[in-house]
Amino acid sequence: MNQYVHFVRVDSEKCDGRMKCMRICPTEAIRIRNGKAVIIEEKCIDCGECITVCPHNAIVPLTDPFGELTKFRYTVALPSPGLHAQFGKEILPKKIISGLKNLGFDDAFDLSHTCGEVSFAIQEYLREYSGPRPLISIACPTVVRLIQVKYPALIEQLIPVEVPREIAARELKKKKAKQLGIKDKEIGIFYLTPCPAKMISIKQPAEKGKSHLDGAISISDIYGPLLAALEEVEKKDYRKDLEDICILGMGWAMSGGICRTLRLKNSLAASGISEILKIFDDVERGKLKNIDFIEAYSCSQGCVGGSLTVENLYISYNKILKMIETLELEQIKACPDIRDVRKLYRQNYYGIDRKIEPRPLKPLDTDLTKAIKKRIEKEEIYESLPKIDCGVCGAPTCMALAEDIVKGEAQLTDCIFNLPQEFADLSQELSGILEKSASFRSVKHGFTKAINKKEKR
Amino acid sequence: MCDEHVLSQEFEIKGGDFSNAGKASTSIKEILREIGIDSSIMVRVCIAAYESEMNVVMYARRATLTLSVSPKMLNLRLEDEGQGIADIPKAMQEGFSTATNEMREMGFGAGMGLPNIKKNADHLEISSTPGKGTSLDLTFFLNKDREK
Repeated sequence: MNQYVHFVRVDSEKCDGRMKCMRICPTEAIRIRNGKAVIIEEKCIDCGECITVCPHNAIVPLTDPFGELTKFRYTVALPSPGLHAQFGKEILPKKIISGLKNLGFDDAFDLSHTCGEVSFAIQEYLREYSGPRPLISIACPTVVRLIQVKYPALIEQLIPVEVPREIAARELKKKKAKQLGIKDKEIGIFYLTPCPAKMISIKQPAEKGKSHLDGAISISDIYGPLLAALEEVEKKDYRKDLEDICILGMGWAMSGGICRTLRLKNSLAASGISEILKIFDDVERGKLKNIDFIEAYSCSQGCVGGSLTVENLYISYNKILKMIETLELEQIKACPDIRDVRKLYRQNYYGIDRKIEPRPLKPLDTDLTKAIKKRIEKEEIYESLPKIDCGVCGAPTCMALAEDIVKGEAQLTDCIFNLPQEFADLSQELSGILEKSASFRSVKHGFTKAINKKEKR
Repeated sequence: MCDEHVLSQEFEIKGGDFSNAGKASTSIKEILREIGIDSSIMVRVCIAAYESEMNVVMYARRATLTLSVSPKMLNLRLEDEGQGIADIPKAMQEGFSTATNEMREMGFGAGMGLPNIKKNADHLEISSTPGKGTSLDLTFFLNKDREK
């Protein structure tokens, strides 16, 4: 049996069964059992919607605490481009990187150049590809999981080009081990993540056995200390720092950024889980065949909208957008040389290690005849339910309850609307028992009466 | 097959209702996923159902789409009330369309609907009475892949 590890956990002390998470979950993976939220692992795609919506912070992402750093001889921080969007526009990536070093990391590496290389690698793949379209970016791990679970037929359309964070971590390890004369294992590379999904992609990658990264620290955890560790930068250095920014890399922080910075004509960017569900429905129906490339993110506006970020997502989106516009206007292109990327691309430097396999949800039964029978039953049960999706039973919809009942995980009486019937049945049964005992008593009573009569005579 | 093993579900489709177009095929997909139909067959059924649905939305007044699944085969039956098709062989040709300019502007009317349905179904029967309506009968064999 496949066991999926999820790094989203419910703190049952804090959870009071408010059902907000159950209602927002896009894959109906949450139930309320005995007043507490329970995550159905098979269905969870680690999107983090539940984390954002919980009023008690009872759903916690298992990111690594700072203490993990001490396990390694040499530590490197690898911030998501989303981190650059968390501060005001005067704070450029270079300043953030030096701030991270002040925090105690031995080194920090700006991912935007690697992002730029990967953008070019994607461009190469798009150019040579001749299969069914559109192709879909794997930048967002939730999108990859969503496709594995809900759209297995689209697996072939995922672009098998590795994500920048993995490539950077792989190369950094090699380089640092050689430079410092220490073992790979002694180097800890930590991703500063805007969302729990990336955390999970490190602990349990969708596409390969092991990640090159050693852990993830949430942007919200590091934000405060980092803000205090930032140094003043002189005005003349600002311009120099600006000229170091790879525009292609900045694009990775926001939805539409890859399409825009690569100037892809036939592309589409979509963000927000409910929107990308619609897009993938259309792709599956063959409606978007004329599109070459889809950049999809489960968070609104892309990584800047991640549930572990601090700044308002529209403000951070705007910061990235303005930065890209400035770089375009100033014609700053501190990007990698495309010829180098092409050369490495030929050597499969950017390829993912292993095929991404589908992870379809289990059917009602593995035997088709039985599954059909159960589906008919499910429909019959659904017909007997009130169809108002109140959620009191602990399932997000009446349909979901019907499914749980067919699977034997819930009962019809979990529905409060079916309770009166249950009471009626019970009371009928009870009155039946009462009647029986009453009639027995009357027989007994009659019998003793008769005896008494006899004795009197 | 005995009747009790046939799953049957009806969907109502309204002509001109573009905002709900695609809902029936999405529900159908969900049902097929639950009973564990192979994803390659599922996609073919989905495309055929969606194209049929779009034909109703664009050209007919209303229709009933009935899905029935037995362990051996799957059937989609569409009965619509509407203008009907005057020349079926012509409508089956790729590229032939009677779509209006507005529909074409919305990205429809490429004349691929019926040919696409035919391509995806294992068997197709179509009949139409101009002025009254069209009926489509699509069959998909479920264990074809397993036999191979």
